[in-house]
Amino acid sequence: MSVPRYWRNEVPRYRLQGEECSQCGAKYFPTRPVCKCGSTDFKPYKLAERGEVVTWTTISSAPTGFEKYVPYVVALIELEDGCKVLSQVVDIAPDAVEAGLKVEAVFRKVKEDGKEGILQYGYKFRPVVE
Amino acid sequence: MKTGRQVGIIGYGAYVPMYRLKASEINRVWGGFGAPVEEKSVVALDEDTITISVEAAKQAVKRANIDPSEIGAVYVGTESKPYAVKPSGTIVAEVIGATPSVSTADYEFACKAGTEAMQTCIGLVGSGMHKYAMAIGADTAQGRPQDALEYTAACGGAAFIFGERSAETIAYLEASYSFVTDTPDFWRRSKEMYPRHGNRFTGAPAYFKHITGAGKALLEETGYKPEDFKWAVFHQPNAKFPINAAKIMGFSMDQIEPGLVSPRIGNTYAGSTPVGLAATLDVAEPDDKIFVVSYGSGSGSDAFIFTVQDAILEKREGPKMETFIERKEYVDYATYLKNRGQIIK
Ligand SMILES: [Zn+2]
Repeated sequence: MSVPRYWRNEVPRYRLQGEECSQCGAKYFPTRPVCKCGSTDFKPYKLAERGEVVTWTTISSAPTGFEKYVPYVVALIELEDGCKVLSQVVDIAPDAVEAGLKVEAVFRKVKEDGKEGILQYGYKFRPVVE
Repeated sequence: MKTGRQVGIIGYGAYVPMYRLKASEINRVWGGFGAPVEEKSVVALDEDTITISVEAAKQAVKRANIDPSEIGAVYVGTESKPYAVKPSGTIVAEVIGATPSVSTADYEFACKAGTEAMQTCIGLVGSGMHKYAMAIGADTAQGRPQDALEYTAACGGAAFIFGERSAETIAYLEASYSFVTDTPDFWRRSKEMYPRHGNRFTGAPAYFKHITGAGKALLEETGYKPEDFKWAVFHQPNAKFPINAAKIMGFSMDQIEPGLVSPRIGNTYAGSTPVGLAATLDVAEPDDKIFVVSYGSGSGSDAFIFTVQDAILEKREGPKMETFIERKEYVDYATYLKNRGQIIK
């Protein structure tokens, strides 16, 4: 990811922040320019930080920049507010992940742009710690 | 030292990564016999000082229950900055929502960088310059393979938000003190990967001199005696030093027990005294007095006296230090090196 693109997406990725349609209340993460109701009027919306795993897959052949993490889990997570996000699930062995696993958002390093480039951070999820 | 207006901790958070390396595993690889701590905390592949700081900072904001945009300063004390140039605090402040009306900087003073950040925040809030200020001590400490420090160099951190003393304060500051001399007991030159240390030189003229120097001066200044405190926290580079420091200063094992976490997680460097204070706040009751003395090589100590208030009972929800210490998975030496990015492909 280029530095400007990373920078533009910092707040959504850092704070798990999307947008809510001012007309119909539909929530979007990532955001989109036009709502399904046709409105283009949005306000910031902070997503819930807890949810549960709906489906998941274990990645063993990773895209460039993610090789060192294999095997790792990418899951579709339904948050407590009904929003769905796709995220890496960490701090758990891939074979221990199951549907309904309660997870919470954490802030982690996502990718390193080599030894000299920027460090890219963002949300991931882990089993809830209580 | 006392502040112009009274200051206290209004929220705190701590975090320890879940991976552990046993001293016995290091001995297996290097044929050693040491065990200055039983095991130490190790980061996951995707963790560093910034992610540790964020985890502690978010918990502190949640417990303080404040609008993060009112935090006027975010200072991160560490000796393992992910960027050599670019403050860790900029990222932490952005994540918690303290930007853009905020000042940030990374503090460096070996293991006392975190308490140095606390002193600064206390001054900024005490002067009335900021409503709230956040100090973080966090590290993913480096230990050269087969060096004595490899057993203890660990990962973790804690964050404290300071504000003017009120009924919302969980522990208010009575007084603090700083004690610094030029003592080259431990250092890392620019661009070097691992620190060097002066072996036995790290004890009496370094750790003990500065801990007792700061501690005794603060007791004299305030008129308190060791028995006036329910709890005490001394910088914990291993299991032995803080116990000896307590003895020398006239404190008991009971007083240091809740904050003495190094035997189970190692030395979290700039996070070491801060996580000890967090673990102590986790069990403290209203009116308890807490005596805190950090130590950082180079060398110096910061000493603090806090008195716990009623608000502690409502402001420590969520995972405690004990939760994070008990949440653990052991790794072997190869995984430890991999997680630290020390395997060169
Ligand atoms: Zn709409």
